[in-house]
Amino acid sequence: MFSLKQNSWFIRKVVIWRAVASIAWSVLLLPVTTAVFVLLSRFSLFHPIQWISDCTSLLAASSTIFSLVVLCGVVLITGFFNLEFYTLVPSIPCSRMALLGTVLHPRQCVHSLVYCTMGMLVMWCASVTIGGRYSTLGTTCRQSESGEVVTCLNEYHLFILLAGAFMGYSHSFLGVVQNMYYVSFQPIQQYKYPRFKGCLPMVVKCSVIQALYSARNFAAFYFFFGYAPKTWISSTLNLQIDSSLQPLDSLTGLLDLSLLYHLSISGTFLYLTWYLTVLLFRIYVTEFLALQDLALLSQHSLSRRLEVFSLSQPGGHAHNWNAISRECLSLLSELTQRLVAHQDAVASNGRVKSQSASSDTRSASSSSSVVSGTEDIAETPRLSVPLRTPGSVFKSSVGGANSALTAPFTPDVDSPFSSPAIRRLVGQQDPQSPCFGTVQSPHIMRRGPKPWSASTESQSSGSPPASPATVPSPPAASQKPSFLAQWLQNRREQVKSFLAKRVLIMYLFNKLPEASSQALFADSQAHIWALQGLSHLVAASFSEDQFGVVQTTLPNILSCLVVLLEAVDRHFKLPHASSKPVRTICSMGDSTYKTLRFLLRAVLKTTIYKITTTFGEHLNAVNISTEHRKRLQQFLEFKD
Amino acid sequence: QFTRDTLKGHSRPESSSRSAFLDQRDTLWMRRLLCSDEMVAEFSQMLDWSDSALRSFAWHPHTDKFAVALLDDSIRIYKSNSSATPTLKHRCQRSVCALQWKPLCGSALAVACQSCLLIWHVDPTSLSTRPSSGCAQVLSHPGHSPITSIAWSPTGSLLVSASPVDTGMMVWDVAAESAVPLQRVGGGGVTYLSWSPDGSRLLAATPSALFRVWETRMWTCERWPCLKGSCQSACWSPDGGCLLLSMQGERVIYALTFSDLTGMNNNTYGPPFLFSLSLSVGGEVCSLSWDPRGERLAVLLKGDSQAVNHPSVIAVFKTRSSPVFELLPCGFVMGEAGAEPRFMQFHPHFQHGALLTVCWSDGRISHVPFYFSSAGLLGGDSPQQALASNTADHSSNKLYTEQIS
Repeated sequence: MFSLKQNSWFIRKVVIWRAVASIAWSVLLLPVTTAVFVLLSRFSLFHPIQWISDCTSLLAASSTIFSLVVLCGVVLITGFFNLEFYTLVPSIPCSRMALLGTVLHPRQCVHSLVYCTMGMLVMWCASVTIGGRYSTLGTTCRQSESGEVVTCLNEYHLFILLAGAFMGYSHSFLGVVQNMYYVSFQPIQQYKYPRFKGCLPMVVKCSVIQALYSARNFAAFYFFFGYAPKTWISSTLNLQIDSSLQPLDSLTGLLDLSLLYHLSISGTFLYLTWYLTVLLFRIYVTEFLALQDLALLSQHSLSRRLEVFSLSQPGGHAHNWNAISRECLSLLSELTQRLVAHQDAVASNGRVKSQSASSDTRSASSSSSVVSGTEDIAETPRLSVPLRTPGSVFKSSVGGANSALTAPFTPDVDSPFSSPAIRRLVGQQDPQSPCFGTVQSPHIMRRGPKPWSASTESQSSGSPPASPATVPSPPAASQKPSFLAQWLQNRREQVKSFLAKRVLIMYLFNKLPEASSQALFADSQAHIWALQGLSHLVAASFSEDQFGVVQTTLPNILSCLVVLLEAVDRHFKLPHASSKPVRTICSMGDSTYKTLRFLLRAVLKTTIYKITTTFGEHLNAVNISTEHRKRLQQFLEFKD
Repeated sequence: QFTRDTLKGHSRPESSSRSAFLDQRDTLWMRRLLCSDEMVAEFSQMLDWSDSALRSFAWHPHTDKFAVALLDDSIRIYKSNSSATPTLKHRCQRSVCALQWKPLCGSALAVACQSCLLIWHVDPTSLSTRPSSGCAQVLSHPGHSPITSIAWSPTGSLLVSASPVDTGMMVWDVAAESAVPLQRVGGGGVTYLSWSPDGSRLLAATPSALFRVWETRMWTCERWPCLKGSCQSACWSPDGGCLLLSMQGERVIYALTFSDLTGMNNNTYGPPFLFSLSLSVGGEVCSLSWDPRGERLAVLLKGDSQAVNHPSVIAVFKTRSSPVFELLPCGFVMGEAGAEPRFMQFHPHFQHGALLTVCWSDGRISHVPFYFSSAGLLGGDSPQQALASNTADHSSNKLYTEQIS
């Protein structure tokens, strides 16, 4: 596949080197964070001079150097995982079952395991650095009865190590829940250093808060279950348990202020190491990409714009402009189709296909035929849907719905950045992707009444470890419902209605509100840039386009924008689509994907306004349909 | 709207009735004078913000409608061809310091409040007079209040807000409700923001003797230390190539020219020009406003509160930017007896010349049209008919401009 090849080129040549640079910087930052950690961990208020001299000697000690080497290894592995797991399209689970599936995915299990180990390693380094009672696993102690010296289990050391494992797991778990590996783009461009400087306080704050939460949770966890690992370790390593000391899985043992202080300090150190790596990776990797470049340079650079509007030297074709507008329009019309299909799915889901539904389809078909009109010009083979009768339109658009809707649910972790491959973001679904087989099943499920689906049934089974209810069915059945399919469907409904009565199942399979809406717009950043780039170019063409190359495509662009606006407007009338998500106060996970749809709507309106205000009355001379002209007239009068 | 205004003189009937109504309730609302209120009053573009019936004013950049913030923390929206005047009220809408309509949008209005930033979405087609508070987005960031200045980017994609107590200014992505703080130490806060009309630069004034000019591509900034006083007000020329500034306590207008307009690289600056205004009326320069065609400059000169004959006054200059920058005295705008100008803004797209809107201390809003044909087209100005009705050329007062450096 052409786009795939381009992607791998982009990953190999650009993303990897950016990741390597970010990892190098994280490694270089390690001594600084370690020094701060040493200072804080040995803090003593009453002996400041001794404190400083202790710390300096400790920093030069061989144990610290060894810890640094271990920490470097941890940072390298973290960076590798960042590179492996990062995504531009967040995975949005539509039900709790899907979320559970993601957490229990083998890939995720490996991730958790590795992070647990890394957490223990970092905590081991931390305990060695703190020294004192934390330094080793075994200590010498005197048996109370006989008085002989034996090796005992140092529970403090064990406590700190287990805390590391716990924090590693919670980091890995929250990474899934909060989409830690989702890389978003800032609304403004900044150089790397100011951006790092600006984000640093936030990262420190996040790691402190996260460490405090984790320390609290771990203390509670150890209070209840701490006995098990303690006895297991002591029996396997043949260590005695010192009975003279207070056991830590008791209230008095846990209420040790110095222990809690050291726990939270080392937790902060642990999280800070990881978060800094993530932050640097994000900063490095979100620099200068093709579509973003188009959106920004079309606004800022006159010479670049003139190049776009120029004609090819022999022949006089506007290749540059045609290529750009084709890419942008195909991106946008793909989104339009996806939205229309989603609306159709919602409309035909709950009720039987009534007259109103078919009229909906007809209007959708009229709009999508316009889209396909632009498609024909754009010559995008993938989207060339044969549209003849309303019936066929419905079928094909539903088919499009399934493929497009489930696209965001494929664990598309390898999805690279869009740079030279603008097309890649369009060509989401990939025949080899592990989810492709399950894509077909919602096809059939949509037909009947669904007990546990509120609106967009088709998505609940998108996750790979699918529900017990979704029996994968032969794909052919979706096209021609045969007797076998009918029978299968009846069976399935019986199973469903049986399961729907169980509360737990209901809880697991209930739709999370607005998740489907978020999922639809999950990859909208590319659309936003395409819109911005188009709007700047078209607006600039009013005065700068000498050969009138933009004029030829202006009707297409306008109708594409208006159709998209209609689709977006209709989408926002659906339940849950226009409700704002709750703001999370402080977390490393990026939640911007939750508001992408609002951003897209705002940008779309601004785009149309920009074009209408620039062209003004001249728009009346553009050849577009009356409905669209009416809509544009509203924009001309600022009535939208 | 404008013909009616020209015919009826300078005040709209509803404005005057409103002011009379508000004057009685003055004492009621004046109780809530908080410390942050004083700060807002100091840095607001509205003169004597705390006892003014009008708190802020903003023209819509594309249509004939404007929003007015009143002393009772409500905002009213007036449209030219509709009698419906929606009133916006919100729980968080306290001590409104600045208003600005979103460019390239029909409905969004940003409001700088004491504790947060509100974005109202007022549907232009609806006839409702009391939009619900659900139409407003609340944007807030810890440590970033009170907000005294806001500026939309000319493309409407970003909103920048500033607070005198926060060293960082916030760049908001309004639809996503996310903010990127741009921190710079020094200056101790940001009091005034102004985006150049071409969108390539952003002025950020601080409470100390320092201002910054940000370029908006990579968001780097240049420091401009002033000699004395902080930057009080500023305005950009329509092409974004020239910035006029006024400093606190000075009777001088500074001009800063940016020779590279594309904003791409190698910014070179012309020498900063100084225009010294020695006027026997008025005093320090409080506010500057340049009409969208770049032909008229209105300067609000603060009066002397001790002297009787020194009220605040608006001086109007003709401006020409090529071949050399020139300021020619043109006249004064005076209100009714006892009324002092508090705020002024040019209409963003007046066809027949320029339209200056002035908020007066008695709660009136007047529109002062300047009829002229553009100098670029005809090479000459037609006489200003409208000025004669409610403004007076004080021939006794000496007004001259000189170029020092």
